[in-house]
Amino acid sequence: MAEEGKFKVTIDGIPVEVAPGTTILNAARLIGGDIVPPAMCYYSKLEGSGGKCRTCLVKVSKGSEKDPRPMPKLVASCRTTVMDGMEVSNITSDEVLEARKGVVEMLLINHPLDCPVCDQAGECKLQDLSYEHGTEQTRFAFERRTFERVDIGDKIQLHMNRCILCYRCVYVADQLTTKREHGVLSRGDYSEIATFIEAALDNDFIGNVIDVCPVGALTDKTFRFKNRVWFTKPVDAHRDCPTCSGNVTLWYKGDDVLRVTGRKDEYNEVDEFICNTCRFDTKRTQDWILEAPTKVDNESVITANHYLNFNPPPVIKNSSELQAANEEQLARTERLK
Amino acid sequence: MTRKLLLTHIDVPGIESFDIYRQKGGYRSVEKALKTMSPEDVVEEVKKSGLRGRGGAGFPTGMKWGFLAKPEGVPRYLVCNGDESEPGTFKDRFLMTKIPHALIEGMIVSSYALGAEVSYIYVRGEMMPQIRILEKAIAEAKAAGFLGKNILNSGYDLEIYIQPGGGAYICGEETALLESLEGKRGNPRIKPPFPAVSGLYGCPTVVNNVESIAATVPIINDGGEEYAKIGIDRSTGTKLISASGNINRPGVYEIELGVSVEEFIYSEEYCGGIAGGKRLKALVAGGSSVPVLPANLALKTAKGELRLMTYESLADGGFVTGSSMGSGGFIVYDEDQCIVRNTLNFTRFYHHESCGQCSPCREGTGWMEKLLQRIEYGGANMADINLLWDIQKNIDGNTICPLGDASAWPVASAIRHFRDEFEWHILNPEESQNRNFGLAHYADPLVPVS
Ligand SMILES: Cc1cc2nc3c(=O)[nH]c(=O)nc-3n(C[C@H](O)[C@H](O)[C@H](O)COP(=O)(O)O)c2cc1C
Ligand code: SF4
Ligand code: FES
Repeated sequence: MAEEGKFKVTIDGIPVEVAPGTTILNAARLIGGDIVPPAMCYYSKLEGSGGKCRTCLVKVSKGSEKDPRPMPKLVASCRTTVMDGMEVSNITSDEVLEARKGVVEMLLINHPLDCPVCDQAGECKLQDLSYEHGTEQTRFAFERRTFERVDIGDKIQLHMNRCILCYRCVYVADQLTTKREHGVLSRGDYSEIATFIEAALDNDFIGNVIDVCPVGALTDKTFRFKNRVWFTKPVDAHRDCPTCSGNVTLWYKGDDVLRVTGRKDEYNEVDEFICNTCRFDTKRTQDWILEAPTKVDNESVITANHYLNFNPPPVIKNSSELQAANEEQLARTERLK
Repeated sequence: MTRKLLLTHIDVPGIESFDIYRQKGGYRSVEKALKTMSPEDVVEEVKKSGLRGRGGAGFPTGMKWGFLAKPEGVPRYLVCNGDESEPGTFKDRFLMTKIPHALIEGMIVSSYALGAEVSYIYVRGEMMPQIRILEKAIAEAKAAGFLGKNILNSGYDLEIYIQPGGGAYICGEETALLESLEGKRGNPRIKPPFPAVSGLYGCPTVVNNVESIAATVPIINDGGEEYAKIGIDRSTGTKLISASGNINRPGVYEIELGVSVEEFIYSEEYCGGIAGGKRLKALVAGGSSVPVLPANLALKTAKGELRLMTYESLADGGFVTGSSMGSGGFIVYDEDQCIVRNTLNFTRFYHHESCGQCSPCREGTGWMEKLLQRIEYGGANMADINLLWDIQKNIDGNTICPLGDASAWPVASAIRHFRDEFEWHILNPEESQNRNFGLAHYADPLVPVS
């Protein structure tokens, strides 16, 4: 029996007690570790997000204590709330792993596989996901859908080719700014994130679309291609900001602050959204009060250059072209060994 | 002769006008319901009738109405789904064009039952003439005192509004329809919550198909029990079937549920047989979303029983050897039709209509279309059939709304039943441009399963 007012759920055999209304995904996050389903579209700080990418599908093998019937289909764990006595399988279910592999394959068929020239590489959830669940070879033998790069305003660039239509950036504009000026146009695989007549997105909090974007579709133009993330060093810092909390992560290369982002947790979600002034226009060390190096997951590629040896992603290893493109970085990596 | 409940007066000149419709006994159900029945009585009659939703899923209408939440002080809505865009289905358009007052009458009775004081009819954007016809019908009914304030002195108020859609199939999915009706992009919502709890503008809402709503008129007039006497088992009443393809008499037919598929195709009362005396090759029994069946399985179930036009019999054998009633889009293929081409055609449609919210449907439908293009026009290899199978499997059941499933099932069933035709296409890319595979063994008598 669960504690008064709490529901007991079991995920991959591990029990946890949570408040009614908690989603399976958040219950899994309370347990932590490998059994947490990957979430490409859900973002706990954005209301209404989730349910779209389908990477977080899990199997409910027992509905609840009262109604033990299993759910007939796999469910999106980010949008399904727990019931008392529910039993969920994630990584212990072949059906789930098989379906997830299918979803990852779908996400990748139109996504460029050029991580080495993408600014998001190293902090891209899709990259992580495809190493974990993807297949070695693509079965998609057709031309990928392509779009032109678009500058939306002078600080943000949109590269639709990389977008996985998670809608997070749409929710950011809806929920954090005074007026949403971009959205999804068209249907199906013609859908694109777009602004009306490419109206510049300028709004105090719009820069957060960069932080929530799980892939390299929305990137910071003030940082683009200045460096690979794994060669920069994240440091937590704060300042007295009239607009936002001022709690940020500064990304250093030597003594220079190359970019400023929100502070992200292990699920790549920011703790607090930050304003554009902090993000784009406050890049001198003296503007900030430094706290400590950001805690980064040991396995993250971001740690590679500082805490562990950097291991270039297999995509680079396997292609001479990409090796050439990353010559400098690879040479540096060699030196570090 | 089959009993008709919806199309009885369809051939009466002027039946689209209020006066003639009324002369023929129209709006009696409104008088009966508002003057002699409570809303709960109306719901009870509909439950007794066994009416199942005519929009595709076949969910019992009375039960759906029973689920409607009724919190104090919150409006409730009835929304009629007139988005009809499924390839092969055109019965709602027929009804709205020919006998619009049947829908308006049903809307009043149903709204009364649900306690809705504002109701909407969401009509597919391409159906502009039907929208005009319905607007006129609403104005006439209002002038005659059947809409507006204090209808027939019962104290019940109702307004009905028409909302044209933008011409998207996905807006027929009930939650996408509600989004669209609210003026937003027509993306299906993630359920739960279901519309019965939180629907239009967050209020409890029932979404019903045009035909389901029109069917409440005879149910109230004659009583639910009378209605339930027609049909077999849990398939009660009459159903509109849109018949098309290689038949002598395509059109919309009202059948008593329980007619055999064979009779429906071959009798003079309905389709009048296959055009040109050709032989039946395949059947899509319920609109493009349901599994396609080869002739032998269309006419008889795998158990060797006669296949009937009922929800149960059409689904007999599950998706392995059966199909589904769907929305009643009955498409007949003769021996000269190409299943690969037909599958490509359907898949192109789903690719074009996917809303693009969830990854399996957004990416998978386009991928399947590209593969089918290649199988149809050359350049494919045998592995493509298995790949196609894998893609549909990865879509099926993993999407936000049933459009994903609807795109997967026609592909799955075509491969399951007509695999040799796919193989022939791949092995004979040139010949397959000039002639079709033909009837093959698809019409051979089935070997009875013991
Ligand atoms: C992609 C899609 C399209 C649909 N299109 C229609 C439609 O055009 N008309 C309709 O009545 N139901 C359509 N439906 C079914 C509706 O979601 C809903 O089940 C139906 O309107 C309920 O009415 P009923 O219970 O009276 O059948 C569609 C469903 C899906 C998934
Ligand atoms: S641009 Fe990025 S955040 Fe926006 S929908 Fe695409 S992937 Fe998601
Ligand atoms: S994270 Fe749950 S569907 Fe995307």
